[in-house]
Amino acid sequence: MSTNKEFDFKNYVRGRYFPHIWCPGCGHGIVLGALLRAVHELELDKNNIVMTSGIGCSSRISGYVDFHSLHTIHGRALAFATGVKLSRPNLKAIVPMGDGDALAIGGNHFIHAARRNIDITAIVMNNRIYGMTGGQFSPLSGTGKKATTAPYTTIDNNFDVVELAKAAGASFVARSTVFHASESKEYLKKAIMHKGFSVVEILSQCPTYYGRKNKEGDAATMMEGYRKNTVKIGSKKLDTNPDLIQRGIFVEDTDRPEYCEAYDEIIETAMKGKA
Amino acid sequence: MGKGKSVTHVIDKEWCKGCGICVHFCPKKVLELDRRGKVEAVRPEDCIGEKCMLCELRCPDLAIQIKENQEGEND
Amino acid sequence: MTNTSNIRFIQGNEACVEGALYAGINFFAGYPITPSTEIAEHLAQRLPAIGGKFIQMEDEIASMAAIIGASLTGSKVMTATSGPGFSLKQEALGYACMAEIPCVIANVQRGGPSTGNPTHVSQGDVNQARWGTHGDHSIVALTASNHQDVFKMTVEAFNIAETYRTPVVLLFDEVIGHMREKLEIPERGELPVVDRLRTSVPKGVDYHPYLPREDGRLPMSDFGAEHRYNVTGLFHDMWGFPNNDPQVVSDLLRHLVDKIENNWENICFYKEHWLDDADYVLISYGSSARSAKHIARNRRKRGMKIGVLELQTIWPFPTEIVREKCANAKAVMVVEMNMGQVVTQVKSAVDHPEKVFLANRIDGQLISPTDIKTTLRMIQGKGV
Repeated sequence: MSTNKEFDFKNYVRGRYFPHIWCPGCGHGIVLGALLRAVHELELDKNNIVMTSGIGCSSRISGYVDFHSLHTIHGRALAFATGVKLSRPNLKAIVPMGDGDALAIGGNHFIHAARRNIDITAIVMNNRIYGMTGGQFSPLSGTGKKATTAPYTTIDNNFDVVELAKAAGASFVARSTVFHASESKEYLKKAIMHKGFSVVEILSQCPTYYGRKNKEGDAATMMEGYRKNTVKIGSKKLDTNPDLIQRGIFVEDTDRPEYCEAYDEIIETAMKGKA
Repeated sequence: MGKGKSVTHVIDKEWCKGCGICVHFCPKKVLELDRRGKVEAVRPEDCIGEKCMLCELRCPDLAIQIKENQEGEND
Repeated sequence: MTNTSNIRFIQGNEACVEGALYAGINFFAGYPITPSTEIAEHLAQRLPAIGGKFIQMEDEIASMAAIIGASLTGSKVMTATSGPGFSLKQEALGYACMAEIPCVIANVQRGGPSTGNPTHVSQGDVNQARWGTHGDHSIVALTASNHQDVFKMTVEAFNIAETYRTPVVLLFDEVIGHMREKLEIPERGELPVVDRLRTSVPKGVDYHPYLPREDGRLPMSDFGAEHRYNVTGLFHDMWGFPNNDPQVVSDLLRHLVDKIENNWENICFYKEHWLDDADYVLISYGSSARSAKHIARNRRKRGMKIGVLELQTIWPFPTEIVREKCANAKAVMVVEMNMGQVVTQVKSAVDHPEKVFLANRIDGQLISPTDIKTTLRMIQGKGV
């Protein structure tokens, strides 16, 4: 792989399965595009990438990429990926997840993967809804939102993925949106090259369910919303509107030991018979 | 085009689902949806190519790729 | 000739660890739970010393998931658990069935349901091993009544998992897991050790990870090697991509069941003790079989024609073997520590189910020879 070669999506996807299953205007395809571009620009060998996903709209991403791909069960992708990574630390582990997949059913695995600081890139494709099952609220919907299981609006508080990832020990944490596709790509590149557990939250629209239920308009209008409602970390606009969502790299800590490397030291000790 | 570059929009109409994101965000109004609801480049000569790339970057269907042609290539 | 350096006086759980190491395990993920924890503890010590990997995960679900991921990269993998943890593993175990991932799951049984009777023995998970995960599928479950067999069955579990690309359950029980007795570790080469079949399809040639050969086997390609393919728990085509075409669905389901059921003769292990002329056949497994053998040995001394069929493979159920061994019996008694899980299978296997009886114990205590004797006397019409 070489950057001399012009980027072509078709060198990175399993074309026979396109067009993909996502609805028209779904942001997840933009995440896919940004990720493929990131892999291209990093000149990674496709044989060295394992993409592991769980269940949901987002998780179907793994079937489309021309990497080793592991489409698993709901919420457990990070646990499967932990097995892949610890068994073969030379492989790049990328784990795209939906918001429900990552933080409801998979919340425990998310915090423990972060705590271990294992070298996995977790991508939270946050569309604030369960799309595959038809529009139920997720732990990232926020309060006062409509969903098929919240016909009178939600009363649940949401998580802040960035704060959660930071608190749990992720050593790289970033957030962007599919409106900022180029920025997303840059964060993905950094996350993939980061040694340790990296989290990139990418806000991604679901016009079919979240948008329709909450009267947020079509896909393009929802993307305009990401432009209006987000700012770079520390922007002055926050002084007047603290509700704006911050984008950027929140944590980039290269000093913390990575799990597989730490385990290599255990092996060294054990082989000397010192246990 | 005066600088000797022209732009080709490589569009996969089978992959395009006609969401209209590219049409909405194109700063030069190069793109429109055709009668089948699929994207097409109706004013490719207005495209600013690599300076922009918004349609390609934001296409959720991986259905558009911008190719900048070298001088003379597209004659 | 005995090499005493190969002799250990250890717990059954340690015998399982020795068997796993002999079979070539190099990845274990687990979560502490009584009465299986010693398996994790010993592998935490032993695996890194041979360059292998041990990881304590956040729960049993994650442990099951991690071994599947590791197996796909080419490792020989195992997890170990007990009742509640075995319940948690079921969804991922079904995934391993569907995606055909070699892996071994040791379940050292304790009393259930629920938290149940953690430090006491039971054999109540026999049916859970068979049907714990949802949907049609086949499963392999092996057991053992002594440490030499724990070792051997653990090696067989890895061999079967790698041969048929399937999860294999080791259904031990608390008594076997915690009891200490002698284990003589076989020399290298004494027991066969099977490595998985890997594809010979060269780089650049389309590899079909889910297109079975004529013999039903699927040569694998490790993640990280030249062939990039998809693995999914959805019904899938020969490239591993999701597909719900009715023909694809039915073909795959039949394949998943047939690859086990059609090979039952290669998978079904058992031992027989004094069965040649037996009027009374005791069928048992695990620690219960020790008591069954004890009573049979004693009654033989008094001239009673009694023998024991000891099952080492419970699933696929050795129906043909049970029918054959019970054909001439006046009565068959299944000895087990549950409300009658194997006895149901035996009744449906034999020609005269009315001659099949159950001697069981369900109070967390090992079934004793006296318990079996009591039931035997009832069958013989001698009163208790």
